[in-house]
Amino acid sequence: MNLPISLTINGVRRDIALDDPRVTLLDLLRERLDLTGTKKGCDRGQCGACTILVDGRRINSCLALAVSHDGAEITTIEGVGRGGELHPVQAAFIAHDGFQCGFCTPGQIMSGIGLIQEGQAGDDPERVRECMSGNLCRCGAYQGITEAVLEAQSNMTASKQRRSA
Amino acid sequence: MMNFDYVRPASVADAIAAASEKGASYLASGTNLLDLMKGGVSRPSRLVDVTRLPGLDRIEHLPDGSLRIGALVRNADLAHDAAFARNYPVVAEALLSGASAQLRNAATVGGNLMQRTRCAYFYDAGSACNRRWPGAGCDALKGENRLHAVLGWSEGCIATHPSDFCVPLVALDAVVEIEGKSGRRELPLEALHRLPGETPERETALERGDLIVALRLPAEAQGFARHARYIKVRERTSYAFAVVSAAASLRIEDGKIREARLALGGVAAKPWRAREAEHVLAGASPDAAVYREAARAALADAKPSGDNAFKIELAQRIVVRALTLAAAGTPDRIPALPGSPFSSVAGA
Repeated sequence: MNLPISLTINGVRRDIALDDPRVTLLDLLRERLDLTGTKKGCDRGQCGACTILVDGRRINSCLALAVSHDGAEITTIEGVGRGGELHPVQAAFIAHDGFQCGFCTPGQIMSGIGLIQEGQAGDDPERVRECMSGNLCRCGAYQGITEAVLEAQSNMTASKQRRSA
Repeated sequence: MMNFDYVRPASVADAIAAASEKGASYLASGTNLLDLMKGGVSRPSRLVDVTRLPGLDRIEHLPDGSLRIGALVRNADLAHDAAFARNYPVVAEALLSGASAQLRNAATVGGNLMQRTRCAYFYDAGSACNRRWPGAGCDALKGENRLHAVLGWSEGCIATHPSDFCVPLVALDAVVEIEGKSGRRELPLEALHRLPGETPERETALERGDLIVALRLPAEAQGFARHARYIKVRERTSYAFAVVSAAASLRIEDGKIREARLALGGVAAKPWRAREAEHVLAGASPDAAVYREAARAALADAKPSGDNAFKIELAQRIVVRALTLAAAGTPDRIPALPGSPFSSVAGA
């Protein structure tokens, strides 16, 4: 079976001939496109390590069939920095020790970026924790993760206001 | 995962034709189905991808005051729709208490209605399960069953329905619009999910090829917007299925409950409408004694299916709490946060 699909991944259009309909977006990224920043943790939608943005929304890439997302625009951890400059959420994770082993970090960062775009949490740490509950961290870096998301959100809002002023 | 044919029909009619073949299954976002396929629990030979079907992703306010929600509307989009959250806060609160933000961004309204039980024995292809394999037996009966059903279960199956969303919907008389081989029909949501009885493998009233195209909330459902709460208790603060949940909606006029709607989640194989409790509440003054009486009525027929007698008491307490909070008024902000040991604000 040959299933041609086209995806825009981190701004680059990719035409892909899928040979199997079972391939998830996660496996496509990691095993066939060499984008291994997105991690496979549970592969069942429970841990959030595989979080990516599809058409601007954070989802679990392990529970998404690639063939069903023909035409989608995808952002992975490899696509959030600009040149040598970190994304504000990446920088905030470093500033606040938002990780220990780092395995869940790409998913945490993509989820944080998605959360800030959704704009539902405000500056309430309890709401940030609730909105980040789909990302598990076995090292227990949650305190730093919450602080990082809050700070990144506040920095991004401030710089947006500066730009529009 | 077993291999399958993948088809992406262009119309509802083509989808129904493609899904009417034995072994075919509809695919929406796949947040539940792909999980089941990875575990070998679901083994469809064909997936009919309905995500591109036109016109099913709209929220429409109909002239008669009812609301029509297309089956492909994403859970997050519905919950965050300002008019929806204002008119049906109990449904928005239930939606936002389910799953995680990532899953809510993907999962569809129709898919939520069609999600399967989370019974661990159903999920484990090595366990006996009458739902998966009629006549195989039920390993949950003598297994880890503290989270299983206390209402409407049978010796054949003690699994519960996992949806939060369906609980307030069934209380508000939601209607499901279905397209099938013989045309369009409607079904009260309450009649969609079946109790196990002798045939636990028949989980819903749908026939082969049937496609849920929309969900409708009747006009009177808005009448409960001012006194509505969905209260869910789970084994961690967030991102877990309900141990027990309750959706309470009241219409209070002149200090009396004119009409009450109550449904429970996590207690049965379907979202459980508690009509006896509603009768107790109708016409009464909103006070603790009547809430306790309503809670007793709601659980009057409950019996443990294993190590879960505690759920009968817990469910009554959750009913009392949901009614108390609903009577106090719908919170300004949906969702009100669950009570967390880390919470900086007063929880529910």
